[in-house]
Amino acid sequence: MTRRRAVLCVRVAVLAGLVVPLELCCRTGIIDPLTIIAPSDMVASMVDLLGSGELNESIESTFSTIALAFVLAIGLGTLAGALVHRSPRLRDVSDPLLASYYSVPTFIFYPLLVALLGLGKPPLVVLGVLSAAPAVMISTLSGLDGVSSVLIKMARVHRLNPVRTLWWIVLPAALPRLFTGFKLALSYALIGVIAGEFILSGTGLGYAISFAYQSFDNRAMYGVMLFVMLVAVTANGILYVWEGRLARRRSAR
Amino acid sequence: MSDLSLENALARTSSRRRIRAFDAVVLALSMLALWQAVGSWTKGVVVSPPLQTFVYLFGLLRTWMFWDHAAATLQAFLLAFALSALIGLALGLVFGVRRFAGEVAEPILAGFYTIPKVTLYPVVLLVFGLGISAKVAFGVMHGLVPMTLFTLGAMRNLPPVLIRTARVLRLSPGRTMLWILMPACLPDIVNGLRISFSLSLLGVLIGEMFSSQRGLGFLLVSGMAQHNVPLSTAVVTMIVAVAIAANTLMLRVGGRAARRPNP
Repeated sequence: MTRRRAVLCVRVAVLAGLVVPLELCCRTGIIDPLTIIAPSDMVASMVDLLGSGELNESIESTFSTIALAFVLAIGLGTLAGALVHRSPRLRDVSDPLLASYYSVPTFIFYPLLVALLGLGKPPLVVLGVLSAAPAVMISTLSGLDGVSSVLIKMARVHRLNPVRTLWWIVLPAALPRLFTGFKLALSYALIGVIAGEFILSGTGLGYAISFAYQSFDNRAMYGVMLFVMLVAVTANGILYVWEGRLARRRSAR
Repeated sequence: MSDLSLENALARTSSRRRIRAFDAVVLALSMLALWQAVGSWTKGVVVSPPLQTFVYLFGLLRTWMFWDHAAATLQAFLLAFALSALIGLALGLVFGVRRFAGEVAEPILAGFYTIPKVTLYPVVLLVFGLGISAKVAFGVMHGLVPMTLFTLGAMRNLPPVLIRTARVLRLSPGRTMLWILMPACLPDIVNGLRISFSLSLLGVLIGEMFSSQRGLGFLLVSGMAQHNVPLSTAVVTMIVAVAIAANTLMLRVGGRAARRPNP
């Protein structure tokens, strides 16, 4: 426990060691405010932007898009994973595809998607699903692979019907790996959607950043950026802690 | 009788292989068909059909303009990849040896890995200016963390007996790294290189797509802006083909490294 606390303290010190010199350099003018503004100004700008309600529309549009992409990715990915798991022949075909899927920068399809679906929510959702669903599919496959055959046999001995087998046996056994997939899916959907908004879009937080950059509004740009970073880190942190708890509960049982 | 069963088994494996090859061909054909369908459904306004794209791509490969853009991307990418691989490897090894530093650094790196770095591109542009250095820096931002985390993970899972052996043999730290740690971590390092490769490529391309005057990402976006559909489709096809080829190659190498018996 003391070691854990020491690690935590050093980690906070390291982060402070990054922020404090930056603040000092910005305040003393070593770093031009046209390049980077002081961290305290970033926080102030974020609070201003959030308080004034200027960002409400962007926040709503970005997070609804991310949520939609996330839900679709989980649904489609799990379904596809379960289907492929049932048929060895499909598995043989899809394994090499999945292995090289993430080497392709999915992002280069975004201009094509915009041309296909028009500017707006649909291409962003599709981009989010494209980047998140395969991760869910891969983790579903590995989760189902990890269900030991003894459990399945036991389900058969108890004469459980398929639905109950799925609900009582397969799902709990595969949950940790599935959860890893969901965690990845959230961060990929978030990255995909915000990146799409940033490059080519008319709404959302990503667009707000690129708009502020193009109009030389550094203060607003850093404010929105900080907000996006904080949201991403918080969301991932919550899932990380939750995953750890899940794993601990399993090992305690 | 045993001859017969052996023959059966052989026939079964060869038929399985044949089924696999058949399925792969079916998959490739159905993807081409899907591509063709999207192309003709949108009347070539969005995506040009496969045949037209390949013809255009071969024409493109003969122009000087294309190679100029490709060279710009390749230069930025190679620099970014080399930097992320070397720095990532060094950081991973150091964090692996110094456990405490590793424990401090890992969540910070993992947190950085999950934030949408695209939104940080304006900062990179402001700091490095327009040009190749911004693209390289952005590529390194994408590629460095996975390389570090993979190396760190490999070091953590190392059997302690190897390190004790090195101590018994009184190897110097440099030799320990070269003769013990690097070979033992090789499969994971190749995996890290593979991920780092694709992510630094992604970083460089995004940098070019957002604001740049040269490179394949710029060519793609300008193709879209000029409604030159075959151009953008050809560039996408080219990038996808190169990425998949490189990934497959590294998967093979990594698989071989993992299978190799430890000397």
